[in-house]
Amino acid sequence: MENRLKVLRAERDWSQSDLADKLEVSRQSVNAIETGRYDPSLPLAFRIAELFGLPIEEIFVSPARRSSKAI
Amino acid sequence: MNPSPAHRRYVWRVAAAMSGYLLTLFAAEYLIDQQGLAGPAAWLVALLPGLCVAAVFWALGRLLIEEKDEYLRSLMVRQMLIASGITLTAATIYGFLENYRLVGHIDAFYVAVLFFFGLGVGAVVNKLAAGDASC
Repeated sequence: MENRLKVLRAERDWSQSDLADKLEVSRQSVNAIETGRYDPSLPLAFRIAELFGLPIEEIFVSPARRSSKAI
Repeated sequence: MNPSPAHRRYVWRVAAAMSGYLLTLFAAEYLIDQQGLAGPAAWLVALLPGLCVAAVFWALGRLLIEEKDEYLRSLMVRQMLIASGITLTAATIYGFLENYRLVGHIDAFYVAVLFFFGLGVGAVVNKLAAGDASC
């Protein structure tokens, strides 16, 4: 799933490891989510949103909205 | 990559199970094959190596339950599904070939060896598909 995680992380000058520590997941997880290879569960998506103080939809791009834009 | 606490426990459990396997295998070889142990005691001794291998399967199951990282868990699930698919497919096909006397008999405990080989294949698939291996 397309997302703004990398941008939000860079704005805070956090490495992938820093973000992984804050979320209590592996660095591989952060990398997989950032690159769109893994879609996080709803609880993890909420943890990410709460960490950045943003609603989920401002971090993750809805696949439905993305495809409707393409049309 | 630093192993998670669940993965460290898994490594210790597998090491203990494999140590037990080696000890009980040598004990069974010596007591049954060389000393002629028979009866219920032989059954007990012959069961032990297989139970030690079963402990590795238990450790794999515990790893899936105890690993808190959902992404790593998803990699493990794919790895174990690949291993199970390879093992069940190969064992079933070989069983029919053996039934029609087209191939020779293979001892059933090689199914476990095939499963561990399947885990290796699963790790390679994870590496190719996701860029990350698993257990």
